[in-house]
Amino acid sequence: MLTIKNLHATVGEEGLEILKGLNLEVKPGEVHAIMGPNGAGKSTLASVLAGKDGYEVTEGSVVFEGKDLLELETEDRAKEGVFLAFQYPVEIPGVSNINFLKTAINEIREYRKQEPLKAKEFMAKVRESSALVELDPKLASRSVNEGFSGGEKKRNEIFQMAMLQPKLSILDETDSGLDIDALRIVSDGVNKLRNENNAVIIITHYQRLLDHIIPDFVHVLADGKIVKSGPKELALELEEKGYDWLNAEKV
Amino acid sequence: MEITAENKVLKFVEGLITPSNGTSIRKEAIQALNGMDFPTTRVEEWKYTRVGRITNKSFRQAEVKANIDQYKLKNLDAHVVVLVNGYYDESLSSIREDKSLTVASIDDLNQEYYAEIMEETEENVFSLINKGYQTGGVYIKVGENEKTTYPIHLLHLTTGEGVISNAQHFIQLEKGSKTELITTYDSDEAENSFTNIVIEGHIEENANLTIQKLQFEEKNVFHISNEFFVQDPSSQFKINTITTGSLLTRNGLNVIVEGENCHTEMNGVYLGTENQHLDNHTLIEHLYSNCTSSETYKGVMDDKSTGVFNGKVIVRPNAQKIEAYQSNGNILLSKSSTVNSKPELEIYADDVRCSHGSTTGQLDEDAIYYLRTRGISEQKAKKLMVAAFIGEVLDKVNNSDIRKKVDQHFLEHFGWVF
Repeated sequence: MLTIKNLHATVGEEGLEILKGLNLEVKPGEVHAIMGPNGAGKSTLASVLAGKDGYEVTEGSVVFEGKDLLELETEDRAKEGVFLAFQYPVEIPGVSNINFLKTAINEIREYRKQEPLKAKEFMAKVRESSALVELDPKLASRSVNEGFSGGEKKRNEIFQMAMLQPKLSILDETDSGLDIDALRIVSDGVNKLRNENNAVIIITHYQRLLDHIIPDFVHVLADGKIVKSGPKELALELEEKGYDWLNAEKV
Repeated sequence: MEITAENKVLKFVEGLITPSNGTSIRKEAIQALNGMDFPTTRVEEWKYTRVGRITNKSFRQAEVKANIDQYKLKNLDAHVVVLVNGYYDESLSSIREDKSLTVASIDDLNQEYYAEIMEETEENVFSLINKGYQTGGVYIKVGENEKTTYPIHLLHLTTGEGVISNAQHFIQLEKGSKTELITTYDSDEAENSFTNIVIEGHIEENANLTIQKLQFEEKNVFHISNEFFVQDPSSQFKINTITTGSLLTRNGLNVIVEGENCHTEMNGVYLGTENQHLDNHTLIEHLYSNCTSSETYKGVMDDKSTGVFNGKVIVRPNAQKIEAYQSNGNILLSKSSTVNSKPELEIYADDVRCSHGSTTGQLDEDAIYYLRTRGISEQKAKKLMVAAFIGEVLDKVNNSDIRKKVDQHFLEHFGWVF
């Protein structure tokens, strides 16, 4: 589904290199966790995959479902089925969640040459998806993220994921700012959305989200590269020994 | 000291016709023009708006026939008063059976009553040119404790090149009466024409007036409006001004609140593109206690357009317990667009609650990115956000037919859906 080869990326006008030759292969049905210390390049990876301005890919390739992802505009990546759950979801006053999602879904459907969703089907989907993350349906009609608590914002991200049904979801630090109940709700939501045709990349600093969403692979990102990959147990080892252990091992 | 060889104002009105047996309103206006000059940008009130483009030209009064079908408001049951180039066209107008209402010529307005009511208002060179050389307009009176069955639509069309449209209207709402006035401005092949409008009104005790103003003229004409209203005790006045039209627009709106327990509300939306210059100048003057006023104007400027907002609220020494709220927000969509925003509070009373705020900025880049990651194109994301920004003000247009017209206009001219 997703093949990242030797990805190098810089940020800002100074061209500071953050990603320094990253490789990753994600197949349908898989959950990959990318862990690493602060400043390792985790969020940069999410931004580069989503196509955020200000990041430049200087080397390497990203192929998604046979297409060169880096050649696509941000919105077209979404239309192809890439979804990014934000670490810090943006508040957009005046734009209602419902209106925005209806626009998004219909743009995506148009891209895929599908008929626009009927109002009734859309509302049914809203009900179903908001129930999935126990999001108060009233929040669905409010302005995007405006005045939402930290937990509500994160649940809103997963609500949108449920609405858009992406092939590949990238969850960027989704566990940050979540209390134990919200963590469970968000994780349950993601687990219910998993199937053999879609895949999830979980970017996280801590192991605690991985207690709920069990990854198939755990990768350690350090200094812009994946320095170690392993099964889910690797996350526990990291939690126990800290990231310094890897540096020590490298030496 | 400036010495000018010739008076520009006199030169400007030279070619304009006015009846020799005109009303005293006319005569006084013409007299007052003597010795007046056009404002320069050194005059504070006109600091950001150059009128040279208008005043260096000469205009003609032209009574013509026109087809107004496309400027009517669809589905709206209303009394329709049609003015083409500032001339009242009876054949196109339709004033329906309504015992609450009298519609007469502006020349039939009682001149002593008028002089007394408008005593406190401040004239300017353009309102005086209008009054001295007006070519038509209506005097509308809503009877005591009556509510008009239909709203009143004043439809203005300017057509033909180099025309000046000097329509003058006066509306009187007698005690306890209520009506809605819709004023629309359009133009058709009217390059370098000038709509110079005056609307004045007297809202008596317990009366309630709502005005919806739609300024949709083409971008090759000039538009200056002077709107003066006087509120008596316990009256309500609300005006929504939607401006997308003309190359240069100056909306001058003054309200004097001459009584307690009044409410005054002004809302405005202005959308500029190309080289447009859109100026909204408002004044609310509170003379008595226990009144509220609320003002919200929002602008979206694109291309090389310029927006001006100057909102003044004056609270006189004896006007206690006033609550005045004012806000102006602007979004600049391009690097070459500008906004000059100047909220002004002059408060001479000590027990008042007044607030004002002004913001000018660009669309939030992070929000656009967020929307794009959900599959929404950059263009559509911007539209969604602009719509959200001005939607707050548009929602105050509480007439669904007008709202539909506005939505349709925005869709046709900007591709914006609200």
